[in-house]
Amino acid sequence: MIRFIGKRLLMMIPVVFGVILVVFTMMYITPGDPARSMLGEAAAEEEVENLREELGLNDPYLVRLGRYIKDMILHGDLGTSYTTKQPVTTEIMTRFPTTFLLASLSVLVAVCIGVPTGILSATKQYSILDNISRVVALLGVSMPNFWMGLMLIIIFSLNLGWLPSSGFYGPSYWILPAVTIGTSSAAVIMRMTRSSMLEVIRQDYIRTALGKGQTQRMVIIKHALKNALIPIITTVGLQFGIVLGGSVMTESIFSVPGIGKLMIDSIKARNYPVVQGGVLLIAIVFSFVNLAVDLLYAYVDPRIKAQYSRKKEKKNGLEAETT
Amino acid sequence: MKDKKEKRRNSQLLEVWHRLRKNKAAMVGLAIIVLLVFCALFPQAIARYGYDDQMLSRAHIAPCAEFPFGTDNLGRDIFSRVIYGTGISLQIGLISVGIAAAIGIFLGALAGYYGGVLENVIMRGIDILLAIPSILLAISIVAALGTSLTNLMIAVGIGTTPRFARIVRASILSVKDQEYIEASRCVGAGDLRIILSHVIPNCAAPIIVQATMGVANAILSASSLSFIGLGVQPPMPEWGTMLSAGRQYIRDYWYMVAFPGLAIMVTIFAFNLFGDGLRDALDPKLKV
Repeated sequence: MIRFIGKRLLMMIPVVFGVILVVFTMMYITPGDPARSMLGEAAAEEEVENLREELGLNDPYLVRLGRYIKDMILHGDLGTSYTTKQPVTTEIMTRFPTTFLLASLSVLVAVCIGVPTGILSATKQYSILDNISRVVALLGVSMPNFWMGLMLIIIFSLNLGWLPSSGFYGPSYWILPAVTIGTSSAAVIMRMTRSSMLEVIRQDYIRTALGKGQTQRMVIIKHALKNALIPIITTVGLQFGIVLGGSVMTESIFSVPGIGKLMIDSIKARNYPVVQGGVLLIAIVFSFVNLAVDLLYAYVDPRIKAQYSRKKEKKNGLEAETT
Repeated sequence: MKDKKEKRRNSQLLEVWHRLRKNKAAMVGLAIIVLLVFCALFPQAIARYGYDDQMLSRAHIAPCAEFPFGTDNLGRDIFSRVIYGTGISLQIGLISVGIAAAIGIFLGALAGYYGGVLENVIMRGIDILLAIPSILLAISIVAALGTSLTNLMIAVGIGTTPRFARIVRASILSVKDQEYIEASRCVGAGDLRIILSHVIPNCAAPIIVQATMGVANAILSASSLSFIGLGVQPPMPEWGTMLSAGRQYIRDYWYMVAFPGLAIMVTIFAFNLFGDGLRDALDPKLKV
């Protein structure tokens, strides 16, 4: 098991480097002069040139890429924000907890809505309840996040005055953004839960369990849900990544001071180091979530756990043979 | 001979169509799509005003018979703008999915058919792109290329390419060892011929479904980008752009943001409904 985790962590390294390469290159070819935008249009050409030299913007592509990677590995340094002159690492890390909290809350909302409705829908297939929740789920998938956010603000903040519409200072501020992001994920999770449960419910062992006289509720929870969990977990994991991406939109609607808002502001201000750092961080978090999902598989499904350790045994066996 | 072949292909398509027609939800989706295409092709037949007909004296009129969706801050009829916006959104959806499908099928086919080092290189590249959420990828690309309609379509297209490549590769892997592929290789068919006339047609079903759903996703991503100001620029009546412009009036004039968003939702809903139906109709397992 530990070997498996180690292997997966090692496999993440090339992905992280790839992401650095992609994002760095994209920011490199971005038109516009950061030095000019930092100093303003009125600045003298000489001043701008000095600043370019100071920031190392005049160096060739490979030199800059090399320097970026070197600083990152040796000092954990992702550069300096052009606008605030703060290290990018500080800028991102102070905002990351907010985004992470928002993303986790959203996934929580999504799971709490998606899984139960999916189960209900599957156990009562083709009933009115099933049909309604399927249509609602499809509407949820089709709804743009940012529009839903605006509608919630109109209804719950401006008209009813129940919840605040901007900021992120306490639980009452969390509700609207988390529901906004969570709804579309809830719809995806519901659809996956439904189809996965439908497949399991038709299996023989479910009929056997029912035949032994267990109540339907027990069979659904203990036998069906447990076996239907793998695709559901996969979807939830994937949703976490999508939610992190979606927070970019939602944070700017609700003025949540997280990474998403920071990145949009930075893109508009041509503040490349911050954009690079933000994308990199989100990609790394996403990779870790995927790893966590894979580990959860082993926890949920003993067959997969056995597979992990069997691989090891096989390898050990092979090594023993060759030596 | 040719006639017979033609007939067989027709009957296969007919069969899919018959199964599709039984699916009411898919038919509703298709009907909405047809309506949207009509709006996109002949906006002047439905819209009473041009998309940029301004008249400040009639600014901010609430929805009424004359202006079903109300008017915006410049006195433009929101209904007409939404109708004109259909064309932009469908164009973005189709072209970016076209870009994604072209690159994705090419890469996926290379990876799936040849395997080996080539497959490893391509799929690791795809993994890297998949590690970045697609909306972030699209945002970075637009930021790098600059904001314009073309760049928006390129960005959204590249953002959805990885998913295409993966699906194509997976389905090619399941097809390429079939006997009929071996048979055509035996009679001397080259790789290109095998890929184009045997492998890809047999992988068509998942590609078609992905493309239909892809249009929905592309429209959603594009309107998100426009909403944050990185996509279509005003006064073009793109739905996301309209939402973004209406946002500052949200306190008093809800209809400025409600209807463009509703248009996005209905469009995506239709493509999703149709895509769902297509998946069922094309699935050979459900044939019986």
